[in-house]
Amino acid sequence: MVVEASINERVHLAVEAALDRFGAHDDELIPILSHVNHEIGYLPGQALEEIAHALKKPKSKVFTVASFYGMLSTIPVGKHVIRFCESAPCHVVGGRQVIAALKQALRINPGETSADGQWTLLAVSCLGICAVGPAFIVDDDVYGNVTPDQVSAILQKYQA
Amino acid sequence: MKTTRSMVLVSGDTESLSKGADAIFSAFTDECSRLGLQDEIKVSWLSDAGRHDALPMAVVYPEATIYGPLGVNDVKTIVEEHLYKGRVVENLVAASHELSGRIAWLAARKGTLPAEKRVVLERAGIINPDEIQDYILHDGYSALGKALTSMQPAEVINEIDASGLKGRGGAGFPTGQKWRFVAKTPGQKKYVICNADESEPGTFKDRLVLEGDPHCIIEAMLIAGYAVGADEGYIYIRGEYALAQERIQKAISQALELGLLGKNIFNTDFSFDIHVHSGAGAYICGEETALIESIEGKRGEPRSRPPYPTTNGLWNKPTLVNNVETLANVPAIINHGSTWYRGIGTIKSPGTKVYTIMGNVNLTGLIEVPMGITLREVITIYARGMKNGRTFKLAQTGGSSGSIIPASLQDTPMDFESFSKAGVALGSGALLICDEDTCVVDLCKVLVNFFKNESCGKCNPCRIGNDRAYQILTNISEGVGTMQDLADLEHIEKYLYQMSNCGLGQTAGTPIRDTLAHFRAEVEAHIKLKVCPSGVCPMSGRKTH
Repeated sequence: MVVEASINERVHLAVEAALDRFGAHDDELIPILSHVNHEIGYLPGQALEEIAHALKKPKSKVFTVASFYGMLSTIPVGKHVIRFCESAPCHVVGGRQVIAALKQALRINPGETSADGQWTLLAVSCLGICAVGPAFIVDDDVYGNVTPDQVSAILQKYQA
Repeated sequence: MKTTRSMVLVSGDTESLSKGADAIFSAFTDECSRLGLQDEIKVSWLSDAGRHDALPMAVVYPEATIYGPLGVNDVKTIVEEHLYKGRVVENLVAASHELSGRIAWLAARKGTLPAEKRVVLERAGIINPDEIQDYILHDGYSALGKALTSMQPAEVINEIDASGLKGRGGAGFPTGQKWRFVAKTPGQKKYVICNADESEPGTFKDRLVLEGDPHCIIEAMLIAGYAVGADEGYIYIRGEYALAQERIQKAISQALELGLLGKNIFNTDFSFDIHVHSGAGAYICGEETALIESIEGKRGEPRSRPPYPTTNGLWNKPTLVNNVETLANVPAIINHGSTWYRGIGTIKSPGTKVYTIMGNVNLTGLIEVPMGITLREVITIYARGMKNGRTFKLAQTGGSSGSIIPASLQDTPMDFESFSKAGVALGSGALLICDEDTCVVDLCKVLVNFFKNESCGKCNPCRIGNDRAYQILTNISEGVGTMQDLADLEHIEKYLYQMSNCGLGQTAGTPIRDTLAHFRAEVEAHIKLKVCPSGVCPMSGRKTH
């Protein structure tokens, strides 16, 4: 029960902070959602409800935006999120082998979260760092020119 | 008085930072202080210089020696040998690249070698993007001054129109004409939007402008605002470009501080404010009406056009939407005049084009060259040939909505007219160069997968068509395709083009069209012989759809 309360409190504080920073205006909806998503890792129903209330919008309008954008998530994600670029420039220079190595190391498929809640693997569209493909991002760290044999060393950095 | 004898510029772009440029920067400062050089040598940041083979790198001026790729341990040697004793550390110098450095400043070729010609990226990689003084020293904000104090708004538009500048976002619409549409629309409130939602796979040219020369975009937006009669602007930057957002924010506050942004700029009646709006991961928001919806806090679904944003844009007000690269041309055109601009490039496509080069070539990165050079020139000269001496098979231009260019078209001049005559598209300037190990079915599948994921879902042809095309291509790649599949793909391609609401759906079929037009035999080999000639496709014989 205690843990539950603290999560609710954290979500509430994140929403308050976002509303303070951007103001409760329609055109700030995406920045507000991005902020809360960054703080909590995803957008829980409670956050959507509180934001909808503050912006005087139906919750469905907020949800429809939250579920549209790729960098926002309406479901919980792992402690670390890997965004692997699956677009053509990375694909033709060895991306296929890198995603295979990631799948093997984490034992999950793109779109899944590992059973221990440590990892979420996402295959995403172009990240804009194409000159150093194959590339992926772990949380906020960029890795470029990745070869399959580097994958386990990169993942180990986050195991602590 | 403090005189700076040398300058060390450390590359501070996203890629370099991910490879430890921070540590290299502090190592330079530490080493310089250790040897008492801190007053004579200035260590500063540099943005992308187009040398992706040598990151992280450091450039030592005035000699313009490029060191890279560097490790922290190399810094001590460079400081002791080069900065203290004046001897270039040859073994750390970046491999020679005949097109960077001084050659980049040569005038454009006239029938000879296509030397790089920089207009858009003139200052990127030369100045410190975090310092407005650096920009001003390089003629920054002089075009704005000229426009505000000596030109009428109509004259500014005429100059842009006369330059022949065309939109660099992919469509190639004449910029001057667009400005005139907005200027002519009556209304008290108008907006200028800079489209920096660069998400075409393989395209990162706009990021390099934003990260390397942010003030240039602010200046261009101000000029545009003055010309069309707007007093408010938005820069919509894709969510993934954190560093670009940071640099633009910083540039905006510096410009505000100096009165180059805000009220009564250059003591005139002209006032202008700029807001930064971050995207949240949606390719479709590069489409201008989807982008406007997104700024308004909605799903990024394109509106039906007409009406166009020039009359009914943001909050239903007349709105000018220009791409980053387009805007980056504006200050130079105002400063040097339309005649100067027309001297670069081809008659119908004046100016330069920034290309991002990637794929199976020896040198990847970006180049800015006059319009009209050929793919063969890009590969052999700028990209220094195919990797491992392999054979060029195809190039994919302009991200996913660009064309697949077979080797037979590699001598077609790359400008809007020649390309459309050859039935291919220049797109946004990405050049993905592939060798013989690339399978077209596999490539086409990846490209279609992109559209399948990025379709906003608003209209049926795009939502269903891309999904179905992906299933068909998957079956072909598994060796269970039929000849009927090819006919189906052709249908889907046609319907996507004819019936989709926006540019995404209309161009989504291009990879399918080009694959079937230029590489039909290879696709048929997958179906009739159950063989992937490049040995890439799984060909498992499993039908999944």
